[in-house]
Amino acid sequence: MGGQISLAEQYRRSGKRARRTTFMLVLPLLAFLVVSFVLPIGSMLMRSFDDSTVADILPRTAAALRSWDGKGRPPFSAYSALADDLSRANRTGQIGKVATRMNFERAGMRSLIIKTAREARGFVPPYAQAFNQVDLQWSDPEVWGALRHASAVATSGYYVSALDQTRKADGTWVPKPEEEQIYLTLFARTLVVAAGVTALCFLLGYPLAYYIAHLDERRRNLVLILVLLPFWTSLLVRTTAWIALLQTNGVVNDVIASVAGEEARMALIHNMTGTIIAMTHILLPFMVLPTYSVMLSVPPALKRAAVSLGAPPWTAFWRVYFPMTLPGAAAGGLLVFILALGYYITPALVGGRTGQLISNMIEFHMKTSLNWGLAAALGGLLLAAVLVLYVFYARLVGMNRLRLG
Amino acid sequence: MGRTTTIIIAAAAAVVILAGVLLYMLGRGGEKAVNQLDAELTDMQLPDANGTAAAPAGAAGGKPLVVVSWGGAYTKSQVEAYHKPFEAKTGTKINSVDYNGGVAEIKAQVEAGNVTWDVVDMEIADAQRACDEGLLEKIDAGMLPAAPDGTPAIQDFVANGITPCAVTTILFSHIVAFDTTKFEAKVPSKLADFFDVKNFPGKRGMRKTSPKINLELALRADGVPGDKVYEVLGTKEGVDRAFRKLDTIKDHVIWWEAGAQPPQLLADGEVTMTTAYNGRIFDAMVMENKPFKIIWDGQLLELDVLGIVKGTKNLDKAMQFVAFATDTQRLADQAKWIAYGPARKSSLPLVGQHAEKGVDMKPHMPNSPENAANAIQIDFLWWADRQEELNQRWAAWLAK
Repeated sequence: MGGQISLAEQYRRSGKRARRTTFMLVLPLLAFLVVSFVLPIGSMLMRSFDDSTVADILPRTAAALRSWDGKGRPPFSAYSALADDLSRANRTGQIGKVATRMNFERAGMRSLIIKTAREARGFVPPYAQAFNQVDLQWSDPEVWGALRHASAVATSGYYVSALDQTRKADGTWVPKPEEEQIYLTLFARTLVVAAGVTALCFLLGYPLAYYIAHLDERRRNLVLILVLLPFWTSLLVRTTAWIALLQTNGVVNDVIASVAGEEARMALIHNMTGTIIAMTHILLPFMVLPTYSVMLSVPPALKRAAVSLGAPPWTAFWRVYFPMTLPGAAAGGLLVFILALGYYITPALVGGRTGQLISNMIEFHMKTSLNWGLAAALGGLLLAAVLVLYVFYARLVGMNRLRLG
Repeated sequence: MGRTTTIIIAAAAAVVILAGVLLYMLGRGGEKAVNQLDAELTDMQLPDANGTAAAPAGAAGGKPLVVVSWGGAYTKSQVEAYHKPFEAKTGTKINSVDYNGGVAEIKAQVEAGNVTWDVVDMEIADAQRACDEGLLEKIDAGMLPAAPDGTPAIQDFVANGITPCAVTTILFSHIVAFDTTKFEAKVPSKLADFFDVKNFPGKRGMRKTSPKINLELALRADGVPGDKVYEVLGTKEGVDRAFRKLDTIKDHVIWWEAGAQPPQLLADGEVTMTTAYNGRIFDAMVMENKPFKIIWDGQLLELDVLGIVKGTKNLDKAMQFVAFATDTQRLADQAKWIAYGPARKSSLPLVGQHAEKGVDMKPHMPNSPENAANAIQIDFLWWADRQEELNQRWAAWLAK
């Protein structure tokens, strides 16, 4: 009959229906991820280069400085425009925002802008002189350079700061004075700590997973609970427990002192040692669990077969068993490494002076200095570093081989 | 078989939780409407049995006022001294909320247009910054009550006590405290002793969070007179000098961040001397009978203020609360509960005894004339200008 639908068409339709059902099933998760993950992170990253505070509040100045190349003196039009903009911003109460924003670019700009804005209404030509009468800093082209950089709608200034650099009026980058350089050191330290913690977790976690996987079923569950119990305990509790254990008059040092005398007490916490010990302990389950569950899936017969073919036990382990468990250990390693990169509560509590990581600076700029742009730039750089490392890791291990269980 | 079932159950649970969170987030918009309805219902005057409109406390007070502060003993002192009498006087209910300081939460609320905090207790430097960024309402100093003897509020408050967006309630102090049992032969008595590890051995506790306090203490210990501190710090050489002084004890310092830590470090024997907030040491000494002593020499005074979050729907009541809480009697009452100094000069003579321990509180006030002899006030406006570069240098110095 004419109305009959061909088999191919029926097949196509049912496939379409199945796909639609699948999509509907993942839709809640997709929507959740967009709302709670993609949007906040996207808007945070936007803040690292999109800052129109100065361009919005001082529009005429921004326009006047756009034509200036940052060399020599700023154009005369910039002076009159700034006088005008400042007195208006002072009237509308928005001057504080500009002042705060400018102080991120250059120390001392906050009071300079607020002081000048108070006087700006009475300025008469020649404006350059009027500015210099309020404060001689206005004769420094670098002050105008800072204004020019900040009045661009898209600014690279936060990334420049995040890389321990600063910009001259004409846009060239120069390193900050040595005593103010900090972020690159912290980035490097964060990567080293994360790699070190991952290595320690592997060294401690792999044998443990092997041990658990080879226990009989009843004992296995008991030992697994021992691994999971700290995992279910609050992060803060576990971290503070380490303080009680490791401090100068803590349990560990008391034992050391009773054996080797009072002088043998060691600084185990409030430094890098403390950070690494506490982080390794906290992240260990992330290594043990995937490794263990992959080990369970390796048939014991394979190793026996290798031995029966003449391999000594070590060769049977190294050539047959280990490669088959590597996907689990590699997945665990990736989990631990990425979690370690973003750790901040543990280093904040037990890191003291030398155990601080880049995430502690990000937290500082989010919560204390309110320099969200710089926090976003630091976060963006960290994210970029993770992505680059991830690509290398994927090449090295092969992402399709990773297994969590 | 059992494993597959577990995985399916876990996956199902995860999906249910995710869906729940999602629905909750989508529902937040609806929640606002519900809140509003709720508020309207509370405000509505329900007729009683006689048909006349009853005026219960809810109607007289309306929406509760949300007052945010630091929690613990400090919030308790405010609840006793400000909240309870204010509730009794006006019928407005006060919801007390705790936070950890900083401006981030206020900024997030104002930028999202969803202001749920009304009055916030903050450090003056934070209040200044929030004011600059337009996150706080302007407060008219004219509405603050005069002292009992008629002195206008502006003259009654300590220097810098009233700023465009904030009114000071108390002065707290950064002091050096030590464990008396650790120094029996030679007892430290002045700020410089803190930097003298040869004559006064032992670890030191210092605040890690910022260069503020530490740089000033270093310069004062190095012999810079109080009125010259910020002048010296204003130069590169002055900053270098402060860091050099800090270098001399860098290897002896255990760094703390939260105010509860220094008394704990002293009690645990981790340090023999530490910088601390005077109120925390008072608590340890008086409430817990710890053998600690405060060195008032060279103390740094800082102001704690009340500010009103921009865009609050409770503006009139918030203003009323700020004026009430900062009057002479209320500030004096607060000192019964905590060892922080009242910001009004007229409150100081009214300070009496501790409400629970009966200790005379006047000798514990940081701004009492004896204690404040060699004190300076931290210059928050100076710090507002210099904090970016100095914070960075501080972080770099710490990390080395």
